[in-house]
Amino acid sequence: MDKKEEILKLLEADARLSAAEVAKAVGLSEEEVAKAIVELEKSGVIRKYKTVINWEKLGREKVAALIDVKITPEREHGYDAIAERIMRFPEVKNLYLVSGMYDLSVLVEGNTMKEVATFVAEKLAPLPQVTSTTTHFILKKYKEDGDMLYDGEELRRLAVSP
Amino acid sequence: MMRDKIARRVAQVPPSGIRKFFDLVANVEGVISLGVGEPDFITPWHIREACIYSLERGYTMYTSNYGLPELREEITLATKRDYGVDYSPENEVLVTVGVSEAFDLAIRALVNPGEEVLIPEPSYVAYKPCTIFAGGVPVSVPTRAEDEFKLLPEQLEAKVTPKSKVLVLSYPNNPTGATMSKRDLEAIADIVVEHDLVVISDEIYDKLTYEGKHVPFAALNGMRERCIYLNGFSKSYAMTGWRIGYALGEAEVIEAMMKIHQYAMLCAPIMSQKAALEALRRGNSVVEEMRQEYNRRRRLIVKRLREAGLECFEPKGAFYVFPSIASTGMSSEEFAERLLREEKVAVVPGNAFGEGGEGHVRMAYAASLRDINEAMSRLERFLSR
Ligand SMILES: Cc1ncc(COP(=O)(O)O)c(C=O)c1O
Repeated sequence: MDKKEEILKLLEADARLSAAEVAKAVGLSEEEVAKAIVELEKSGVIRKYKTVINWEKLGREKVAALIDVKITPEREHGYDAIAERIMRFPEVKNLYLVSGMYDLSVLVEGNTMKEVATFVAEKLAPLPQVTSTTTHFILKKYKEDGDMLYDGEELRRLAVSP
Repeated sequence: MMRDKIARRVAQVPPSGIRKFFDLVANVEGVISLGVGEPDFITPWHIREACIYSLERGYTMYTSNYGLPELREEITLATKRDYGVDYSPENEVLVTVGVSEAFDLAIRALVNPGEEVLIPEPSYVAYKPCTIFAGGVPVSVPTRAEDEFKLLPEQLEAKVTPKSKVLVLSYPNNPTGATMSKRDLEAIADIVVEHDLVVISDEIYDKLTYEGKHVPFAALNGMRERCIYLNGFSKSYAMTGWRIGYALGEAEVIEAMMKIHQYAMLCAPIMSQKAALEALRRGNSVVEEMRQEYNRRRRLIVKRLREAGLECFEPKGAFYVFPSIASTGMSSEEFAERLLREEKVAVVPGNAFGEGGEGHVRMAYAASLRDINEAMSRLERFLSR
């Protein structure tokens, strides 16, 4: 694996590793790693550093829904123009163009069910290119962005073994 | 008075140094342990899932004493593919309850009372006791940090006697992380031939090699018929709890080992055999990912040990480092005990691994980068007192 990829793997697993820590693990100097990270940030390979939060644990229950949206594509723009319009709403967390029974898959988040429903009814569905919407409220999150969101049992190895 | 209940052969073996240290560690809270001789990864999900599926279908019975035919087939295919060594799945493979059992069977199948077993040390802790339990006489062959803990032909030659029968090889090595190149092994093979020795080669860490390519002893010219080649799933596939491994060798020795195995163990657990099959068929990419992760940790820990002022041979395989603590003036046990008490970092004193281990401690880097970093910071604080 090349060194850049190694650096990215480490940061993907733990964004808080310092350049010095990364340097020791990949076998480069701290300066080389710091420089590589700046380059990866500048070129947009590293988009940003985020924290995976289980908001439910704070008692702050957000409501999310997956919405299947059927679209009439536009001459010259296909799906892009409408997609760009939809993605600007801050309520929209994820937006994908998909194959199959419908066209856009939209993940919307709000503080209450009513908020999400209002967004769909007043902002999304009335768009002229949107021919139909089907809303699926998310009941429980098991895994998000590759991280499991529940506390399994803690697995313990013997503290000392041969 | 009651007569001595315990057989002398068992009574004469001292309690395990690792066991002793385990009891000490168990009484301390908040320990970062670098004393663990097993992966910190859980068995990859696809392997666990294959086992669950086999249970759902009702695979809960005994298997052939030798092991499931499809698993033996897969083991021989993998050995041929990876190393070019050819064994027959019919009668040259024995599936065992870990390399632990395979080693015990090999020793028992080979050694007559009083015959000598040459064991390069520092080494894995089971070889010596198993030899004694089998009625053999263990003979330590020293290896040294300045030789990168390789077994040197002259060191081996010096310990060979007319009673020598078996040589144990174990590379990549626990606890030193040493490996042996093809050239290194060839020098040993010459002595093996000259003195008509049989080799038990425990290559359980073969897939965790970081520099150079692993060469099985059995791949050397003329060594296949002199070698019992042991390997398993515990380390490379993170499957320690499954208790599954295997032995490869000529039909004559494999049959002898099977003779003991059929009465002492009958067969390895079928669910573990099913999981091992999945590991061989589809586990390679996960093994490689784990190897790369261990490699990053290896670089980190060696660097930090050296920065902390400990002399340290850079390990080339397995997941252990074996730094020298001679500069501190402490014995291995004193060092390990004080590091545990004062900084809550667990390492294993080197003398647990036999002659030549004194003056060293074993640290396993099968721990997260974060834990290794924290442990090394504590170590630095400890050393600067
Ligand atoms: C060199 C060596 N051989 C064998 C074993 C035991 O392996 P298994 O789990 O296959 O019995 C270990 C475990 O620590 C080891 O380090």
